[in-house]
Amino acid sequence: MDISNYLYLSAILFTIGAIGVVVRRNAIVVFMCVELMLNAANLAFVTFSRINGNLDGQVASFFTMVVAACEVVVGLAIIVTMYRSRRSASVDDASLLKR
Amino acid sequence: MLNFALEVGKTHTPEAVLFWFLAPLAVLSALGMLMAKKAVHSALLLAWIMISLAIFYIAEDALFLGIVQVVVYTGAVMMLFLFILMLVGVDTADSLVENIKGQRAASIAAAIGLAGLLTSLIGRANMGRSAVGLTGANANGNVQGLAEQLFTKYVWAFEVISALLITAALGAMVLAHSQRIRSRTIQRDQSIARFRGSSLAEAAGLPGSGVYARHNAVDVPALLPDGTPAPTSISAVLEARGDMIESGTFALQPKEEEEN
Amino acid sequence: MTSSHLVYLIALPLFSSAFLILMGRKADKWGHIFATLISAAVFGVGVSEFMAMHSRAGDMRAVTQHLFSWISVGTFQVDASLLLDQLSICFVLLISGVGTLIHIYSIAYMSHDKDRRRFFAYLNFFIAAMLLLVLGDSYLNLYVGWEGVGLASYLLIGFWNQKPTYATAAKKAFVANRVGDVGLSLAIMIAFAQFGSVTFDGVKAGVHGASPAALTALGAMLLLAAAGKSAQFPLQSWLGDAMAGPTPVSALIHAATMVTAGVYLITRSNFIFDGSSTARLLVVIVGGITLLFGALIGTAKDDIKKALAASTMSQIGYMILASGLGPVGYAIAIMHLLTHGFFKAGMFLGAGSVMHGMDDEVNMRRYGAIGKVMPITFATFGLGYLAIIGVPPFAGFYSKDKIIEIAFNAGGTKGIILGGATLLGAAITAFYMTRLMVMTFAGSKRWDDKAHPHESPVLMWLPMVVLAIGSVATGFLFNSGNSLVNWLAPVLNPNNVESGSELMKPIVVSSLALLAVILGVALAVTKYRTVPVEAPEDVSIFTKVARRDLLQDAFNETVLMRPGQILTAGLVKTDYFAIDGLVRLIGAVVSGTSTFLRRIQNGYVRSYALIMVIGALALIATIWVVTL
Repeated sequence: MDISNYLYLSAILFTIGAIGVVVRRNAIVVFMCVELMLNAANLAFVTFSRINGNLDGQVASFFTMVVAACEVVVGLAIIVTMYRSRRSASVDDASLLKR
Repeated sequence: MLNFALEVGKTHTPEAVLFWFLAPLAVLSALGMLMAKKAVHSALLLAWIMISLAIFYIAEDALFLGIVQVVVYTGAVMMLFLFILMLVGVDTADSLVENIKGQRAASIAAAIGLAGLLTSLIGRANMGRSAVGLTGANANGNVQGLAEQLFTKYVWAFEVISALLITAALGAMVLAHSQRIRSRTIQRDQSIARFRGSSLAEAAGLPGSGVYARHNAVDVPALLPDGTPAPTSISAVLEARGDMIESGTFALQPKEEEEN
Repeated sequence: MTSSHLVYLIALPLFSSAFLILMGRKADKWGHIFATLISAAVFGVGVSEFMAMHSRAGDMRAVTQHLFSWISVGTFQVDASLLLDQLSICFVLLISGVGTLIHIYSIAYMSHDKDRRRFFAYLNFFIAAMLLLVLGDSYLNLYVGWEGVGLASYLLIGFWNQKPTYATAAKKAFVANRVGDVGLSLAIMIAFAQFGSVTFDGVKAGVHGASPAALTALGAMLLLAAAGKSAQFPLQSWLGDAMAGPTPVSALIHAATMVTAGVYLITRSNFIFDGSSTARLLVVIVGGITLLFGALIGTAKDDIKKALAASTMSQIGYMILASGLGPVGYAIAIMHLLTHGFFKAGMFLGAGSVMHGMDDEVNMRRYGAIGKVMPITFATFGLGYLAIIGVPPFAGFYSKDKIIEIAFNAGGTKGIILGGATLLGAAITAFYMTRLMVMTFAGSKRWDDKAHPHESPVLMWLPMVVLAIGSVATGFLFNSGNSLVNWLAPVLNPNNVESGSELMKPIVVSSLALLAVILGVALAVTKYRTVPVEAPEDVSIFTKVARRDLLQDAFNETVLMRPGQILTAGLVKTDYFAIDGLVRLIGAVVSGTSTFLRRIQNGYVRSYALIMVIGALALIATIWVVTL
C-alpha cells in the first residue's frame, strides 16, 4: 500500500474540518471541526515521521495534542461564558462587530 | 485490536485492508459530523474518527501517540465536549439553513480548491520516494525513543508547553468564574418572600408529600383534611411524567375498622 | 510747509457720519442740523486754509500734513499724508461749499423722509471720502477716497432701495465703477513697478527717465479709471440710472463733485500725460465722443433728471477733452469743472424744487408753465441755463469758450475735428437745454388737476440762489486777469505750453460759438412751441435710438453681459461636470469599492474564518505554483 494514502486521508479530513468550521454555526460543533483539522494534521505528522524514519514528526504531533488540549480547555470556557451571557451557542449571535 | 494493529504495520496487505476499511469510514464519519443536525451526533462521530486515527497511529509505528490519542482525545477532550454539550443543552438542534449570503457556496468552492491543491501537492511531493520506516528509530521501543527526543532535543519546547498548559487551566478558571451580583438567598429571605407573596396560603411552606400513617413517599400526594389530595405536595415533574400514585387508595376507612 | 489743520477737513465729516449712524433713532431730531453744521465747519476750515494760502507767495502755497506711516515694507513707504495745494483747495472749496448748500437744501427736501438722519450720515461720509480723494498726497491715498466716494455713491443712489429698480441702478453704478477702479489699481501697480513710489512727487520725479510705453500704459489706465468715475465713454451707462438717488445726491455727487473726480485725476497726473502724446490723444478721443454722446442723449430725454444727467456727461466730456489737450487745457478743464459745479448743481436743485412742487413727477411733458408758479426756481434755473449754454457774461461762456478755442488751436486736422466737435456740442447743448427750459417753465400747463405746484421753502431756494449767483459770477471771476490759470500755474506747469498755431482769433471762435448757441436755441424754441403730453411714437430712428441712450445698455447687454453670462454658465457647468465630476467620480469609486469591501466585514466570525481559508488557499496555491 502506498504510504501517501495516509496523507490523502489527512488532506481530506482537514478539508472537511475546514468546511465545518466555516459552515456550522454551533460553536461546539465548530470547535469539534477544529479538533478534526488538528487531528488530520497529526496524522500527516505521524506519516511524515514514518516516511523520514525518525521520531521528530511524532514529537510534533505530541506537542500538537497538548496545545489542542489547552485550546479545548480555554475554548470551551469561552463557549460556556458566551452561553451564559446570551443563552445561545451560535457563533452568528456574537456579531456585534458587524457594520 | 491493539496487537492486530501493531502487526499490520509490518506487512503491506493487512495494513492496506485496515486502511481501506477504516479510512472510508473515517471520511464518512467526518462528513456525517459535518451534516449532523444534533451536536451530540457530531461529537460521537468525531470520537469514532479519533479512535480510527488512533488505530492508524498504532499501525504507523506510533504506539505511544495512539494510546495518548485514545486517552487524551477520545477520553478527556471528547468527554469535555460532551460535558459542555450537556451543559449548553443537549436537545438544541442546529438549523442547517445558511443565513450569510454566499457563505456556503464560497466555502465549498474553497474546500474543493484546498483539497485539490493539497492532494496535487502530496502527489507531487511523494513522487519517486519510498518510506524509510520507523523500525530503526523504534529499536529501543517507541516510548523510549520519544522520551529521548522530548527530554533532550525538545526539552525547551516541552517546558514551554507545560507552562502553556498551566496558563490554559488558569485561563479557563478565570473565564468560567462568574461574579456573584446578588447576595446569597438565605432562609430568612425566602420566608420574607413567601409572606410578601400574593397569597398567604403557602406562607408556611408547601405541604409535604405522603399520606400519614399508612404510606409516605415522594410520589404520593398528601391528603387535605377533607380527604382530597393536595396538588402542590408533589413535584410537578412526577405528575407530568405520570409517576404519581393516587393517595386515595391509602386513605383510612374508620367505619370498616370499627366494624371489624 | 506743513499744517496741522488739514486732517479736520476729513475727520470732522467722517466722525459726524459714524456718529449719526451709531446714534440711531435718537439722533433723528437733530441729526440733519448736526451734519449741516459739520459741513459748514469743514467749509470754514477750507476757507481759512484758502486765506492762509492766498497770503503766501506762489511757490510756498502747498501745505502737507503727515498723519501716520501707513505701509512700510522695506524701501517701499506709503504714508497717510495730506497735500493741500492750489489745485486741491479749489476742490476743497467746491466740495465743502456746494456740499454745505446741498446739506441745507436737503433739510427741507428730505423733511418727509423718515430716514433723513441716515441720508445726512451718508452725505457727510461722501464729503469725507471726496476730501480724502482730493487731499491725498499719493495715488494710494487717493485710491482710498476714490473707493470711499464709490461706496457713498452706491449707498446714496440706492437710498430708496425698497424699489428694486433703484437698488439695481445702485448696483449698476457700483459695477461700472469697479471696472474703472481696476484701471486705477493697475495704474498704481504700474507706477510702483516703474518708479518704486506711488506718491505724486515720487512719480513726478520718475517720469523724466521713464519709457514712453510705460507712461502711455499708465495714462491709459488712469483714463480708464477716470472714465469709470466720470461716466465717460465707454463706461458712461451708469450715470443716467444713478438719477434714482434723491435729487440733492444727483446735484452734489452726480453733477458737481464726484463725477468730476476723473478730471481731477487727469489734471493731477498732468506730468504723466505731458510725457505721452498717445495717452493725451486717447483722453481727447474719449472726451470728444462723450461730449457728443451725452448731448445727443440729452436731446431725447423726457425725464428732467436724466436730461440733466446726459448734460453732465457731456459737460464732463468737455473737461476731459480740455485736460487731454495738455498743459494749455488743464486749468481750463478745472475752470469748467468749477463753473459747471455751480450751474449744474443749481439746475439739479432747481429740478428737485420742481419735482418737490409736482409730487415727484419727473416727466417734462407733464410740466409746462411752471415759471409762473415757481418764480424763484425759474429765475435761478434760468441763470444756470444761460450759464451752461454759454451766453456771455455767464460762467459757462468763459469756460466753454476757452475749451472750444484751445480745441481749435490743437493744430492740424485734429484741431479742426476737435473744434468742430466742441462747437457742435455747444449747439446741441443749447438745443436740449432750451428744450428742457421750454418744456418745463414755458408753454401751457400740462399737469393734471391733482398736482399743485408751489414755490419751495426758503431752505430750498436759498441754496439755489447762492448757486445761481455763482453761475453768474464765477466765470468772470476766474477769467479776470487769468486769475485761476495763474493760481493753478505752480501745480499744472503752464510754462510748458507748446506754442500752438492759432487757427482762429479768439473773437472769431466766440462768435462762432455764440452763433451755434443761437442756432440751437432757435431750433428748440420753434420745435417745442407745443409739446404733446405723451411722447410721440412716430419719430425718426435717431430719436428712438437717442431715447434708448444711444443703445448703450443694449450694447453692454449684448457685448458684455450676455457673453459673460454664457461664459459664467459654461464655467459653472465645467466646474460641475468636469472638475466636480472628477472629484465625485473618485469619491464614487472609493465609496463603491468600500461598500463592496464593507460586506466582507459583516461581523460574522464564520466569514472571517472563510477569508482565512481562502488566504490559506492562496498561500498553498502559491506554493503549488512555485514548486511546479
